[in-house]
Amino acid sequence: MDIADKKRVLREMLFARRFEEHCYEAYVERKIGGFLHLYPGQEACVTGVMEAARPGHDYVITGYRDHIHAIKCGADPKHVMAELFGKETGCSKGRGGSMHIFSVEHRFMGGYALVGGPFPLAAGMAKAIKLKGGDEIVICFLGDSANNQGTFHETLNMVALWGLPVLYVCENNLYGIGTSLERSTAVTEQYKRACAYGITSAQADGQDIEKVYEAAKIGVDFVRSRQGPYFLELCTYRYRGHSMSDSGAYRSKDEVAEWAKRDPILILREHLIRAGELSDEEYTAMDKVIMEELDKEIIPYAANSPEPKLEELEKYVLAENDPWVNPQVTGGAH
Amino acid sequence: MAQMMYWEAIRRAHDEEMARDPLVICMGEDIGVVGGTYKATKGLYEKYGPERVIDTPISENSYTGIGIGASFLGVRPIIELMSVNFAWLAMDQIINSAAKVRYMSGGQLEAPVVIRAPGGTAHQLGAQHSARMEKVFMGVAGLRVVTPSNPKQAYGLLKSAVRCNDPVFINEHELMYNLKGEVPDSEYFHPLEGSEVTRQGRDLTLFGYNISVHWSMEAAQFLSKHHGIEAEVVDLYSLSPLDRKGIRDSVSKTHRAIIVEEAEAPVGVGSEVMAIINEECFFELDAAPVRVSAKHVPTPYNHTLEKASIPNAREVIAAVLTMFGK
Repeated sequence: MDIADKKRVLREMLFARRFEEHCYEAYVERKIGGFLHLYPGQEACVTGVMEAARPGHDYVITGYRDHIHAIKCGADPKHVMAELFGKETGCSKGRGGSMHIFSVEHRFMGGYALVGGPFPLAAGMAKAIKLKGGDEIVICFLGDSANNQGTFHETLNMVALWGLPVLYVCENNLYGIGTSLERSTAVTEQYKRACAYGITSAQADGQDIEKVYEAAKIGVDFVRSRQGPYFLELCTYRYRGHSMSDSGAYRSKDEVAEWAKRDPILILREHLIRAGELSDEEYTAMDKVIMEELDKEIIPYAANSPEPKLEELEKYVLAENDPWVNPQVTGGAH
Repeated sequence: MAQMMYWEAIRRAHDEEMARDPLVICMGEDIGVVGGTYKATKGLYEKYGPERVIDTPISENSYTGIGIGASFLGVRPIIELMSVNFAWLAMDQIINSAAKVRYMSGGQLEAPVVIRAPGGTAHQLGAQHSARMEKVFMGVAGLRVVTPSNPKQAYGLLKSAVRCNDPVFINEHELMYNLKGEVPDSEYFHPLEGSEVTRQGRDLTLFGYNISVHWSMEAAQFLSKHHGIEAEVVDLYSLSPLDRKGIRDSVSKTHRAIIVEEAEAPVGVGSEVMAIINEECFFELDAAPVRVSAKHVPTPYNHTLEKASIPNAREVIAAVLTMFGK
């Protein structure tokens, strides 16, 4: 990443932080319902990995903490926010919600809410790429706790066995909902668990985006050159509770404060300031523009968008007018 | 028309679809080198190779999920679960991923997978290898459920299911793979929706599906010969959606209905068909509808107990005679 790239990703991470803070406020105001899992603290993970990959070309899939992943792949933040507001203009037409952001035109293949569910879906897309040919890879972002599901073990076995082009990124934020890694997992260093299946794996600092980028580049190149699947563990931390219904009371204030010193935005900002490439004024101005975009464009767009039509409640359950449902009547048989 | 066994019909559908479209693949346990526990994929591994005929490890949830993920990018996987009981392990991927993805993505993604599995009670396979799970799948929005009662349906339903853009669950039967029947020589696509009148009758309707169509036919022939009762037999090969019109039409004609199912009564095909009769044509009824169902027990191992746990043609006959006060 050159200086211009670093300033761009600083802006992206700051945007991600402010976007999620706005989600928090909208949730408190009851404009957003359901479960809401926020990303502050982890911004360098998806931002750094996708800098090393090709957003919009490579396929990305993740769990329910998915807003920023969708945006990094190219989804319009207005459409993501509108989805959270449950609007027809939302990227999943208001049918998905926070945990089910989809933007297939940007090859963001969705957020899924069963922990560990995307492991095999990612492998399946990698299988499709292998069958069809092409240089795309699949990148699957999940948390550390997903690795305690059977799908982790079953799928890692198969992707290794079949040499599928998939990069698994484990955003290890040390907690599975409210249970700490030490209390849930016998082997806490997640990259070691992939070794059991003969998968090349690595661990990197998930708070310093330059380190994330360097580590991801190795993984992305490995998978793209068809040397096999790859597993990358990023050590990170989420500032808020698991979801809005979780205060995070199981963590000490000291622990949160320690991690705040390693804030991904802070680290990159300080780096750029020390290098003489960024001034405080420039950073403040950047933040102001972001806040204005959120307050004057994104939130109003979501708030003012139409609701889905009641008469379309049952749309999208099955394919519409599929010719193979009644082939003799429709002539689909010949 | 050629006579063909049920397994041969399924194998033929696989072969034709795989020959036509290189993105049609099949996957499952022992389906490749071994050719399938019920021979449904026999010879395909040699013909299409290991990239398209995939022997999976015994990891039902994840290999089903891999098939579903592949279908997101246009691959058409036919996934075999060796026994429907193993589908319990794959429920998360079938229901949470395949059935819901179209809806929760607002129509952006679809999962055109076919999942085939044999259910039913065979020969003393015990509680964990003898189950009827169709009732579980029927209640899931976004999933089609079909169940072939003969080789023609087995062939034609699989052909249509592969091409349909919805996920389709095909409920086969352990005991029916060697059943012989006529299958059209030319390519044939069976409708995925609707029902079929297998036998015309005026006095009552026997609704069956899969193996219970055969019990119903046997009972109908006996009743005609010995009691002068002419039963109509309706084959509900589509369990989701159920054919409301077909059910209404037949009951409106015969005014009496018995639903014959190999599964246990609670929350099943029978209760659903009864509800449809109530909603569609209650005032056409001359008698309260009746279910002939399995006992509500895990399937016993003991041969005698096992046979007693599921219905047969005799029980259907008895139910009909009771309905007619004979």
